[in-house]
Amino acid sequence: MTVQTSRREFMKAGAVSGGLVLAFALAPKAGAQGQQPATPPLQPFNAYVRIAPDETVTITSKNPEVGQGIKTMLPMLIAEELDVDWSKVRIVQADNDPTIYGRQFAGGSMATPLHWEELRRVGGAGRAMLIAAAARGWGVSPAECTTTPGVVVHAASGRRATYGSLAAKAAAVPVPDPKSLTLKDPAAYRIIGKPRAQYDTAKIVTGQPLFGIDVQVPGMLYATYEKAPVFGAKVAGADLAAAQGVKGVRKAFVVEGGTELSGLLPGVAVVADSWWAARKGRDRLNIRWAEHPTSAQSSAGFQARADELAKAKPQKNLRNDGDIDAALKGAARTVQAAYAYPFLAHAPLEPQNCTAHFQNGKLEIWAPTQNPEPGRQLTARTLGIKPEDITIHMIRGGGGFGRRLSNDYMVEAAWIARETGRPVKLLWTREDDLRHDFYRPAGFHYLSGGLDASGKLVAWHDHFVTFGEGDQYAPSARMSENEFPARFVPNCRLDVSTMPIGVPTGPLRAPGSNALAFVMQSFIDELAHAAGADPYEFRMRLLAAQTEVPEGQGAFNPRRMEGALRAVAEMSGWGKTKLPARTGMGIAFYYSHLGYFAEVVRASVDADGNVTPEKVWVAGDVGRQIINPFGALNQVEGSALDGLSEALHQKVTIENGAAVESNFDTYPLMRISEAPPVEVKFVTTDFPPTGLGEPALPPVIPALCNAVFAATGKRVRSLPIDPAQLKA
Amino acid sequence: MAFKLNVNGKVREADVDPDTPLLWTLRDALGVLGPKFGCGVGQCGACTVHLDGQPIRSCVTPVSAVQGKITTIEGIGASAVGQRVQQAWTELDVAQCGYCQPGQIMSATALLTKNPKPTDADIDAAMNGNICRCATYGRIRAAIKRASGQRGEA
Ligand code: FES
Ligand code: FES
Repeated sequence: MTVQTSRREFMKAGAVSGGLVLAFALAPKAGAQGQQPATPPLQPFNAYVRIAPDETVTITSKNPEVGQGIKTMLPMLIAEELDVDWSKVRIVQADNDPTIYGRQFAGGSMATPLHWEELRRVGGAGRAMLIAAAARGWGVSPAECTTTPGVVVHAASGRRATYGSLAAKAAAVPVPDPKSLTLKDPAAYRIIGKPRAQYDTAKIVTGQPLFGIDVQVPGMLYATYEKAPVFGAKVAGADLAAAQGVKGVRKAFVVEGGTELSGLLPGVAVVADSWWAARKGRDRLNIRWAEHPTSAQSSAGFQARADELAKAKPQKNLRNDGDIDAALKGAARTVQAAYAYPFLAHAPLEPQNCTAHFQNGKLEIWAPTQNPEPGRQLTARTLGIKPEDITIHMIRGGGGFGRRLSNDYMVEAAWIARETGRPVKLLWTREDDLRHDFYRPAGFHYLSGGLDASGKLVAWHDHFVTFGEGDQYAPSARMSENEFPARFVPNCRLDVSTMPIGVPTGPLRAPGSNALAFVMQSFIDELAHAAGADPYEFRMRLLAAQTEVPEGQGAFNPRRMEGALRAVAEMSGWGKTKLPARTGMGIAFYYSHLGYFAEVVRASVDADGNVTPEKVWVAGDVGRQIINPFGALNQVEGSALDGLSEALHQKVTIENGAAVESNFDTYPLMRISEAPPVEVKFVTTDFPPTGLGEPALPPVIPALCNAVFAATGKRVRSLPIDPAQLKA
Repeated sequence: MAFKLNVNGKVREADVDPDTPLLWTLRDALGVLGPKFGCGVGQCGACTVHLDGQPIRSCVTPVSAVQGKITTIEGIGASAVGQRVQQAWTELDVAQCGYCQPGQIMSATALLTKNPKPTDADIDAAMNGNICRCATYGRIRAAIKRASGQRGEA
């Protein structure tokens, strides 16, 4: 049965192997104009809940898991309102199926805002159906019945029935209108808000196969795939026979590939009985690459071109409030600075991989992807087969950080599997991963700020030089016309110029924000110091400039940011702490992914300029409810350290059109000896809960740089931090 | 070539080239999938296993050079220390993606076996070869403290 509502939702229920199956999903596309997909046939795993006669409750987690803890968190929402005992819950991972689950992706910290209401209603609907089934059997009104975990109770008569005993009957009850359900009072929560270990923890600590790299399919072969260092260059020649001569190598072949950077790029595949044999074969390939138009591009060249563009008239204007020229001219003090940040790689610890099997015109894929459906579409397009003929199993990914939103490894595995005629596991090397990423784009900002005689910020001009052509920005290379402090400064002009790029770019954890926070919150700090103001007080005054609180999803609420800022100042003892020489505290805030985060870093800088972050304080406002405190804290701590790692170490250099860094010796990640303690406080406000995968990252970078300034009087305007500039 | 390896107390035979790293011998030839591949050059520690109780990087250890008893994450629970470490990792829910954790647990177990009450500096020294890209370092430190019976920091 299908119940349709104005929000284009459907629910259905049916009996499967004596249990209750309950599905409830958003229609796949907002653009579908109320058109529902045909009700899919009931399969054991195509729905959210199954209750077995032995009282186990199996809940399906719809989104890909890459370490953000979603496989545990989403089922918590259902289990809470279904009212079951968490120890009875088994969790299974959904396959990719938009006709049942709508969009299934791990990105934008969107899982919480998108599912907080819907998945609690899935649970609530299930509970209502179990109550209805029990009430019917007892001949009483459902209104007289309640539940305790796993049991429907009729208090007046003392009758009780377990969910397991009711499941088959409940499946025949009409699904209630989700809007008619009364959800729990948060005070009654037994699961939401309680720390729950990740469902897969036991498997992780005992080394059970869980990840994409662990997939094994009978008859499987192993593949490597080498692409040109210059992105998209074609294969001019390769010694395929030499590779084929290596023991264990089954096949070596050229893949023509295309020109779309996010698609199947040209390269040479080697397929073998073991991955090591494939690698040895690859070493013999001696590939000759064709000339490519972007082979002269370099990081240094981009910087030089940006400096030129900054001197010219900006190509585009994003925003022009007041009169910036007059305001800068009339300002009591002005500050000018140029900021730059580099390309960054994602470097999830599990290198890209994917297993594929092409058989009788159908393709089966096992992929650690954050974004399966676009991968299916890309693969279908590239191979010339129908999307319906592709099944994608979503496998836990060893880290994502946005890298696995792209599906290049998927289409490569699919192509190689079809050419091979056997199941194939494609595994990249770390060098492949760092040299073939969709990098966080570098960027360049040329800023001027003006203060009036009272030290108030009255003028802000940013000329942002980024990548793109014409009206098109390169992926993840744009800035919003509302970038803070826009709307908080009376005279504000934001301009943009672009330059073309042949390097693939894409979203890295907190895309845009991970770079813009550094620039804006560092320059605000410069202005605070120029005004002779305390950096915390200066920011509070800036926020207070906007008295109106904009309405609606995505709108920045300055009152919430003030709360976070106040909290972090308090936690860190801001302004009250006596610090040793060459030690400083820095503060910053940033709003991204609907989360309000203010952070303080205490850092020391030794005589050689080496920076040691000693402690991080984080105050975050993500609404009224933290769903899983274990996972939430892990995400925030990880984000803060991830940001420090970026600021201290990370940079991908482009030379001769290619990435220079290739492994962790040249692209170092933070290690345990460098990781400071992170103290976290969630400021609760009465707003719907929002996500935590990203928003704690951006402000930590300027907080660190501002601490370096406090410690040394030297301003970090380019990342990563260069100790040579900070020597005593 | 056939190599006889003692893996988690069982003698297994692997037919691989002598230059095959122990990591790929374990994973592809023997189906022991716990040790992970992260860098292939001894930089990240994801592939850490024990050779006679010593942590080694299996990605840079050719199978022909291996003499002794290999313990992997699958077998580490057989030792009391290993079990305590796994327990602490579970109680503190250390993992995010979990991919580095087999290697972390192997290094932590080796540390605690040698040094039952490590200081923070001992932990840094023993664990610095193990990258956690998700940066679960605070919990790794706390879990090692807990497994050692010391009060961990939060
Ligand atoms: S895979 Fe062996 S140290 Fe990284
Ligand atoms: S938990 Fe993801 S790399 Fe450590």
